[in-house]
Amino acid sequence: MEAVLSNLDQYWLGFKVTLELLVVGGIGALLLGIVIALLRISPIASLRAVATGYTELLRNTPLTLVFFFMLIVLPSLDIKFPNPKIGAFIALALYTSAFVAEAIRSGINGVPVGQAEAARSVGLTFGQTVRLIIMPQAIRMVIPPLINVFIALTKNTSVAAGFTIVELVAISKSLANANGNAVVPILLGIAVCYLIITIPLGQLAGWMERKAMVQR
Amino acid sequence: MKLTKIAAGAAALLMAAAMTACGGDATPGGTDTPVATDAKFAAGSTMEKLNKAQKITIGTKFDQPLFGLMGPDNKPVGFDVEIGTLVAAKLGIPADKIEWVETVSQNREPFIQNGQVDIVVATYTINDKRKEVIDFAGPYYVAGQSFLVAKGNPAGIKDVESLGDNTICTVTGSTSEKNIKEHTDKVITVDKYSDCLEPIRTGQAQALTTDNVILAGLVDQNGDEFEVLDYTFTEEPYGIGLKKGDDDFRTFINDTLEESEKDGAWKKAWEDTAGKVLPTPEPPAVDRY
Repeated sequence: MEAVLSNLDQYWLGFKVTLELLVVGGIGALLLGIVIALLRISPIASLRAVATGYTELLRNTPLTLVFFFMLIVLPSLDIKFPNPKIGAFIALALYTSAFVAEAIRSGINGVPVGQAEAARSVGLTFGQTVRLIIMPQAIRMVIPPLINVFIALTKNTSVAAGFTIVELVAISKSLANANGNAVVPILLGIAVCYLIITIPLGQLAGWMERKAMVQR
Repeated sequence: MKLTKIAAGAAALLMAAAMTACGGDATPGGTDTPVATDAKFAAGSTMEKLNKAQKITIGTKFDQPLFGLMGPDNKPVGFDVEIGTLVAAKLGIPADKIEWVETVSQNREPFIQNGQVDIVVATYTINDKRKEVIDFAGPYYVAGQSFLVAKGNPAGIKDVESLGDNTICTVTGSTSEKNIKEHTDKVITVDKYSDCLEPIRTGQAQALTTDNVILAGLVDQNGDEFEVLDYTFTEEPYGIGLKKGDDDFRTFINDTLEESEKDGAWKKAWEDTAGKVLPTPEPPAVDRY
């Protein structure tokens, strides 16, 4: 315990970076994911195909490989990020966006198709149908699975430790090495740091689910 | 039809993988260490237990050239592995009865404390905090931290005072990281020392710092691309980690090390592994604290 308390500044360093990866990667993934989900339900077949290909490719590639591509392969092709963190943000955003898109798509698919047909039959355009009829109903069903995606993202940020990013897992290695007499408490402390992020997210998901139960 | 296609594809992939796999020409360790078959130990001692069981579990590194590197036949090779094999031989345990377990910075002490490994030989620096929870036999080697730079040293790094604005790469959480951070803030860290080579190639870092012996192993693996500075700024005594308070076992390992330093086994272990790249040093005196 003493080893943990005397190294709180180190924990804070790692915690900040983990949080940064989560927030920046998460926002990126959300924006990308919404675009991909819209492409997947668009009336144009070629756009649907592109979005499907993107989703399948990223969803089925190990995150470590996505990181490897961003932070090892690209620099060796002379495409360098001013700071490896940027590469980590992009890797996390790309990888997670596929899962976000899937969560949104499943929510949209949960809206009875009759709703869209009715909207089109009263003369709304595709854009209006999505904006006014489908999304307001879909969003309630999307939020819980989306939060699960972000909980997974929180844990996935740890992959960055292998690619020069000093986040919680990287900190755990240095602290464990410097405090051979307290390795287990040090690692438990790191686990608690993750729980500080993920447990409230889980609670939020539960609360939102109760709040936005789809009334039918 | 389809199946044969898949099989052919898989075979091609395997071939490609086999061709690109790094070829190591090191021989699996310990094959020529005489095993003390008639060894007798005090009843109830750790030595007797291990000898009776005819099995020992040793923690080592799997990613450190010259010291402990996983070979193509799923056996680690290197100086640490040879030292571990020496200890096992003195216990009357042949090399093929040793179970090698990978130990990294987050699991070395816990593995020793809860008995998942009997000893750890893993470029393991002896220090006081670690001595609070485990014991060390040895040292069996004293390394010093140095720098690996691109051939010709374009960044002009001479010592820790001349680092300037250069970025230094090392392994997350290593003793090397702690040491270098006392001299510069421009440090990037990765999982394995070999992962530092690519950043140096692409200019994201100008040097890799860790113990000189590890650097020598990396230079050896990568031909003519890199060099190691002839300079050290720390002393890292490598010891053998074992359960705290097992003084008989510690004395036994210290005796084994001293004996091997006298009868040439230590020298041979060195020359078969690290000595292929590095000059043979004087073995250090063991510290029977």
